Amino acid sequence: MKQFVLASLFAGAVAVPAMADYTIIAPANPGGGWDQTARTMQTVMQEEGISKSAQVQNVPGAGGTIGLAQFASQNNGNPDALIVGGYVMVGAILTNNSPVSLKDVTPIARLTGEYEAIVVPAASSIQDIQGLVEALKADPGAVSWAGGSAGGTDHIAVGLIAKAAGVDPTKINYIAYSGGGEALAAILGNQVTAGISSLGEFEAQIQAGTLRLLAVSSPERLEGVDAPTLQEAGLDVTLENWRMVAAAPGLSDEQKAKVTADIEKMAKSENWQKQLADKGWMDTWLAGPEFDAQLEKDISATEAILKDIGLVK
Amino acid sequence: MSAFDFLLQGLGTAADPMMLLYALIGVTLGTAVGVLPGIGPALTVALLLPVTYRLDPAGSLIMFAGIYYGGMYGGSTTSILLNTPGESASIITALEGNKMARKGRGGPALATAAIGSFIAGLIATLLLAFLAPWIVKVALVFGPREYFALMVLAFVTVSAAFGDSALRGLTSLFLGLALACVGIDQLTGQARLSFGVPELLDGIEVTTMAVAMFALGEALFIAGQRDQAEDEVTAVKGSVWMSRRDWARSWKPWLRGTVIGFPIGAMPAGGAEIGTFLSYATEKRLTRHPEEFGDGAIEGVAGPEAANNASAAGTLVPLLTLGLPTSATAAIMLAGFQQFGLQPGPLLFATNPTLVWGLIASLLIANAMLLVLNLPLIGLWVKLLTVPKPWLYAGILLFATLGTIGANPSSFELGMLLGFGVLGYVMRLFGYPIAPIVVGLILGPMAEQQLRRALAISQGDWTTLVQSPIAATLLAIAALALIVPLILRARGKGEMLSQLAGEED
Repeated sequence: MKQFVLASLFAGAVAVPAMADYTIIAPANPGGGWDQTARTMQTVMQEEGISKSAQVQNVPGAGGTIGLAQFASQNNGNPDALIVGGYVMVGAILTNNSPVSLKDVTPIARLTGEYEAIVVPAASSIQDIQGLVEALKADPGAVSWAGGSAGGTDHIAVGLIAKAAGVDPTKINYIAYSGGGEALAAILGNQVTAGISSLGEFEAQIQAGTLRLLAVSSPERLEGVDAPTLQEAGLDVTLENWRMVAAAPGLSDEQKAKVTADIEKMAKSENWQKQLADKGWMDTWLAGPEFDAQLEKDISATEAILKDIGLVK
Repeated sequence: MSAFDFLLQGLGTAADPMMLLYALIGVTLGTAVGVLPGIGPALTVALLLPVTYRLDPAGSLIMFAGIYYGGMYGGSTTSILLNTPGESASIITALEGNKMARKGRGGPALATAAIGSFIAGLIATLLLAFLAPWIVKVALVFGPREYFALMVLAFVTVSAAFGDSALRGLTSLFLGLALACVGIDQLTGQARLSFGVPELLDGIEVTTMAVAMFALGEALFIAGQRDQAEDEVTAVKGSVWMSRRDWARSWKPWLRGTVIGFPIGAMPAGGAEIGTFLSYATEKRLTRHPEEFGDGAIEGVAGPEAANNASAAGTLVPLLTLGLPTSATAAIMLAGFQQFGLQPGPLLFATNPTLVWGLIASLLIANAMLLVLNLPLIGLWVKLLTVPKPWLYAGILLFATLGTIGANPSSFELGMLLGFGVLGYVMRLFGYPIAPIVVGLILGPMAEQQLRRALAISQGDWTTLVQSPIAATLLAIAALALIVPLILRARGKGEMLSQLAGEED
């Protein structure tokens, strides 16, 4: 049994390159969104016959920048190496002053995404997004926001909301939690004024009536979600927390086209769509020049808001 | 149907021979990875998730439950026998457990850990089954200031692990606190003390540090002593089993450990380690044999081990009632739920009672299975001590390195492992205790973050720390625990303390 454990750990953690078609780096610990994306890709690619034995390797740390740096330096020109990443990485690259950025890898496609949701505890006196904005305008420090890590999507969203409401983004009182439900616990326990995270994190609580959903960060109203968009509320903010897949740097055009075709085949398969539905992920497929342009836009907008909040000099 | 009927039905499902096989595979795997330093249950469950995709929900959940409990239990074996904790929650177990093993009492130490884990697991799982909705309400009352007060209490109790010299203990603790500052500050996202090294941005991994200080440090220390008189390690002295006296000294710590560990595990930011610290300190205060503490007191194994397993059950309270995963393993179990189209959350008990009760029943089965698996193994484990030292410690070094690299494939991490291993050796050489440095690394960031969160929410008002009754009570207990022994000592220059201890015996 011990040998089996060792063998499986060895296969999973120290992937043997000769055996694997694709090695997918999840630049995070097991259990998080990137890890789940990578492992879902692994399952679907194997079942769809795209890759005989795809491997997932976790290289956690610093908002994915450790994994990204290791990936870029070790896989130059390797057409079998993939890395999962996302919007959080864009912010982390800027705040950590990472020497390696998304320009140093070959972005292939955006796969899934989630919109941000702004909630208050059911017991809160704030009834709608206007109420929250008024409180924010009256005294930004008195409105405490619980969300994910500093400089991450949630923090950026709060900065954007403050800016759109005409409040100094450096004055926001953002309380960062390290995911894992700690932020949700703080909101449910009435420790903070409001909470912000991906809609999926709050969905069950909203249904149960323990949280009140004030607004979502999508461009249009979401189906089956009873809340206005931030834009409807007069705040010009849309934000999507997307996840992407990238290939190694230094690929030829043919190699890049092959990887893109493989990923597209995976993302268009029924199997993938079923997985998305099971997990409650949105299909936000975008590839090619459109994706490159969107990425460019997201990076410059993120840099601007992080400077406004004061996280990036 | 009432909760009790659901539980019986769940037990019926879980008692199916195939299910029992899954449970057996789960606990065996869990124990194996728990024993291997550095490899945690989280990684194992993540690796098995694609495998279980083909199993039915009940089968895979039973396997997860087995791995989870098995991992929590397995860490204690190496702690006791080899002074090498497999998980950070079994660091405290090494303090007394390894001393016992060196005196030939490894058998009773392993037995009290196994039976204590079983009893704590049993009580805590039943508490989870019947009280989860209420416990979670209490856990949610804990905000940043309450957590901070709990951390202060935990800090005060660390002194219990100091050994003979408070100065050396404090030095070790502050070294840990300094190392805890390394990495990205969670509340502002700014890097501290990382000197431009990207691998340091996430701070120093607790498992790397613990494995290095305990396993590598120990191996170097043993190697360094080669020419000196043979160490007085005796494999087995007396019975491998617990004597009547061992039972009498163990049952209260088991229960107290359960009472301490379960609620702290249920708190979203509690964690398994704090329960073990508090339990150890409690046992040291209450024991009738204070002279044995630091030299192999069975209470110091029984209490923390019970607390450790009770907190594992506690972690499932927020997962099942709120959908909050509060540990890495719980996060992956959540992913497992979602794989079968289930959304854990406030409605899970109502919408999917069969599955929830099936899981709780499988936890009970896994718990019993662990006892069945491990009690007969104790005799075998103890033989491990008779393996020639060069072989044994070479094996430990191999597993420690493999585990660290497996969890964190980076040459820098390996360098850190070796560096801290040397530090652990030097500290042993000069008589500095090892546990406080690791405790500092665990508690430091938690206490700092909670304090700063509390102050951010109150916008800088320090009185917020004593305005909540829970926080004020915890701080008062901490103050008493710190001041009373000082006063007693000042009055009678220690006479009263030793008198008190003497009277009770």
